[in-house]
Amino acid sequence: MQTTPTHPAKPAAPAAAAKPDDDKALPLRINGRAYSFDGDELMPLLWYLRDVLRLTGTKFGCGVGACGACTVLVDGKAQRACVTPMKTLAKREVTTIEGLANGELHPLQQAWIEIDVPQCGYCQAGQIMAAADLLKRNPNPNDEEIGKISNLCRCGTYPRIRKAIKRAAEITKEHAAREGGKS
Amino acid sequence: MKGDRTLASPSRRRFLVAGATVSGALIVGWRAAQAQTQQALPYLGARIEPQLLGVFVRIEKNGDVIIGARGCEIGQGVKTSLPMLIAEELDVDWNRVRVEQLPYGYIDTDKGPGDKYGEQGAGGSTSIPIAWKDLRQAGAAARWLLLVAASAKLNIPAGQLHTESGSVIAPDGTKLGYGELVDAASKLDPPTEPRTLKDPAAYKIIGKPTPTVDAREIVTGQTEFGIDAYRADVLIAVVARCPWIDGEIVSVDDAETRKVAGVKDVLRIAGTKPGESFDGALVDGVAVLATSTWAALKGREKLKIEWKPGPFADESSDGLRKRADELLRPANAGNAVPVRRDGDVDKARKAARKTIEARYTVPFLAHATMEPPAALIHVTKDKVLLIASLQEPEGASEVINAITGVPRSKIEIRMTRAGGGFGRRLKNDYIAEAALIAKQTDKPVKLLWTRDDDLRHDFYRPYCMFQMAASLDRKNEVTAWSMHCAATPRNHRDKRMKDRPLWASTLVPDDFPAGLIANFDLSLLALDSGQPRGWWRAPAHNATAFAVQSFIDEIAVALKQDPLALRLKLLGEPRQLPYKGHGGPSFDTGRMAAVFNAAAAKINWGRKLDRDRGLGIAGNFTFGGYAAHALEVSAIDGNVVVHRAVCAIDVGRVVNPLGLEAQTIGGTIDGLSTALNLAITLKDGKVQQSNFGDYPLLRMGQAPVDVEVVIIDSDKEPAGAGEMALPSALPALTNALYAATQIRLRELPIGDQLRKIL
Repeated sequence: MQTTPTHPAKPAAPAAAAKPDDDKALPLRINGRAYSFDGDELMPLLWYLRDVLRLTGTKFGCGVGACGACTVLVDGKAQRACVTPMKTLAKREVTTIEGLANGELHPLQQAWIEIDVPQCGYCQAGQIMAAADLLKRNPNPNDEEIGKISNLCRCGTYPRIRKAIKRAAEITKEHAAREGGKS
Repeated sequence: MKGDRTLASPSRRRFLVAGATVSGALIVGWRAAQAQTQQALPYLGARIEPQLLGVFVRIEKNGDVIIGARGCEIGQGVKTSLPMLIAEELDVDWNRVRVEQLPYGYIDTDKGPGDKYGEQGAGGSTSIPIAWKDLRQAGAAARWLLLVAASAKLNIPAGQLHTESGSVIAPDGTKLGYGELVDAASKLDPPTEPRTLKDPAAYKIIGKPTPTVDAREIVTGQTEFGIDAYRADVLIAVVARCPWIDGEIVSVDDAETRKVAGVKDVLRIAGTKPGESFDGALVDGVAVLATSTWAALKGREKLKIEWKPGPFADESSDGLRKRADELLRPANAGNAVPVRRDGDVDKARKAARKTIEARYTVPFLAHATMEPPAALIHVTKDKVLLIASLQEPEGASEVINAITGVPRSKIEIRMTRAGGGFGRRLKNDYIAEAALIAKQTDKPVKLLWTRDDDLRHDFYRPYCMFQMAASLDRKNEVTAWSMHCAATPRNHRDKRMKDRPLWASTLVPDDFPAGLIANFDLSLLALDSGQPRGWWRAPAHNATAFAVQSFIDEIAVALKQDPLALRLKLLGEPRQLPYKGHGGPSFDTGRMAAVFNAAAAKINWGRKLDRDRGLGIAGNFTFGGYAAHALEVSAIDGNVVVHRAVCAIDVGRVVNPLGLEAQTIGGTIDGLSTALNLAITLKDGKVQQSNFGDYPLLRMGQAPVDVEVVIIDSDKEPAGAGEMALPSALPALTNALYAATQIRLRELPIGDQLRKIL
């Protein structure tokens, strides 16, 4: 199949999302962009991402932090957006699945495609974000360490998730070796 | 709108509406589609002029191929595998193919409702077997047109031309790309007879491991699931539902709800009337409409509703068990609905050396799709737009029509990729709810179910208690087999099943060991329950395989025989046995034995094991596919660990081995997850589970590190792949646990049963 992206870029966030001059507004960064939030501070990040910014790659699965479909990175650490109130995010940096690729696909995204992990695909963004956190802490995780990722997959893609995380670790090493070779 | 691509664009839809139908009639109306193309396109300009060869294929001038995917993609892989069938017969390079999701293709015909694209629902693992018959022809017909166009252009008889990877090639080597021919080809009359299909030896796409077409979009968060559909002025709706089936609203106080910032309206919706077929919303409810999900959820919390519980308010799991127990007493045998009877079980039992008995129980199960039910719907006076994750778009169209009165031809349904199905979305109750809400407002509405809503208001896999008995003669032959099942039958308040027997989708008359034991009795004892029942991955088999394959093991123990050897002995010589149910017309004992042998070989059956380890085996014939599981487990202190999981599978010719492997891994893990932990229970008429804390799907650390899949090479007609690898995983686990612990688990889920004993 062609690998060119077939979707147009996401629609820009509604203008109401950014009000940088409002004193009461809560400043945060999402995928490298500055936002200012002035709504209900108890609202979980999940609904800000989905309803307001229309960043729908972060999924709703349980609403209680049990399934991990809404996993994002907050200051680089995996966190469940459905139980993360907006008030905890002042001056924090949030990365969602839409912001994980940096110019080119993240090694995890490459590995996920190569190993053909997704079945229905719904939990996969959360799985990848949880794996990104793991690889950052542990560039070479073993099966037991990978098995600590507690995100649910109803389709049972776990064995391929394991393979993809190991493959991503390899890709990262290959990149590092190539970079090292250049300098 | 996200995901709005060529096949789904309005102009395109317009002429597709006048396009052709599938299966034999695929080609009919080709001219009409062509005429519409000519009329509809001038204003689009030449650059993007699509070149249509039937309703599934478009070829761009540059040779790019766009293939429409008609099925509901619920994770079973049809968005990849169905277009593969078309691409193979069209003879194109898969790397030049782009797949686009087709909407639901309702069409008015002289004879009533028609399907423009053929079967679009996803159920019973039938997508591949159906598509094998019609979609290959769709590809072959398009290829034939290109050949005829090339023949005219080159002035060489078509019979002397051949095709290869998107080109027509003449005997002298002249090569014409499809892109050069499509203009002429699309003006030709379509073939009037089915074309000869490729010799499988020449396949370049079918049978080759092919990655998910949407993988890149999925891993970058770009894929639109039903729950991701938004509109600028959309109202989000959540519903407070009556906790009891056939209960009703006494009063609603929504004063506090209406004070919540963002809440716009509070509406009532009516559920199915007491005792009637569950065709609309399940139960009465109060919908809160708000400008954000958060406001809607907060508003729902503040509703004060008084419910009247209705006739099932006393129902409990304990009560269900007692009644099942009562029904299975010999005195009740007269109430049994016979499913299959061969010979004379009573006579054989009297003559037997020994009769062994066992009872197995399986609970209600919820589907728990990762994407909970949701739907975006906009109802206006004369048309409806629905964007949702579906399994049965036809039913969605019917229910929207029934609720809104809008003609089906004016109901546009776009199926998104669905976050799992497992049978849940074969019921369109959530679509009915969305329509009931949306017809009360001019705005588009997005209905969202929370996990709590999902687990408490599902159509559950039937509760079943199986009383099994087997009689053995002096030669240790099994002379009689009886299986009486007290169950809340699937066939319940479902008008679509009203002409089918009560046991349909709960028991299967010709399943193993039927036809292999002379005296055989299978019957159903119907257990009353208010709970709605639905199809859950591998319906009937997901329960019966546990009873049958566990009991075979118990017989093997009683006979001091190897469990694998006993199964092979019962299957006997390879032959075809008549099989009337879905997956028939026959059951091949040889193919069944082959998957047992393959699984056993892979796990090295019979080897000496470490202390605390056990091997278990089980198999099942499901919807035309054969699967056998072999597991190696331990249960030290009652903690179940699956050290190895093997599944051997024969689904006939394999369309996409990568997809089949994924389904086999997934079905196996689904089975293990279900056997270990999952049950829906009732108390005071209400479902007790509310989220993944008490409905604990298996997590990665608890699942086997790998599932080793053995695919049996076959040139038989292809079966599907979505359900076959589930049923035997459950008894393989309990059989392995018996081997490891000498404890026979006869009730699912396993839960902490072993921890209590060990």
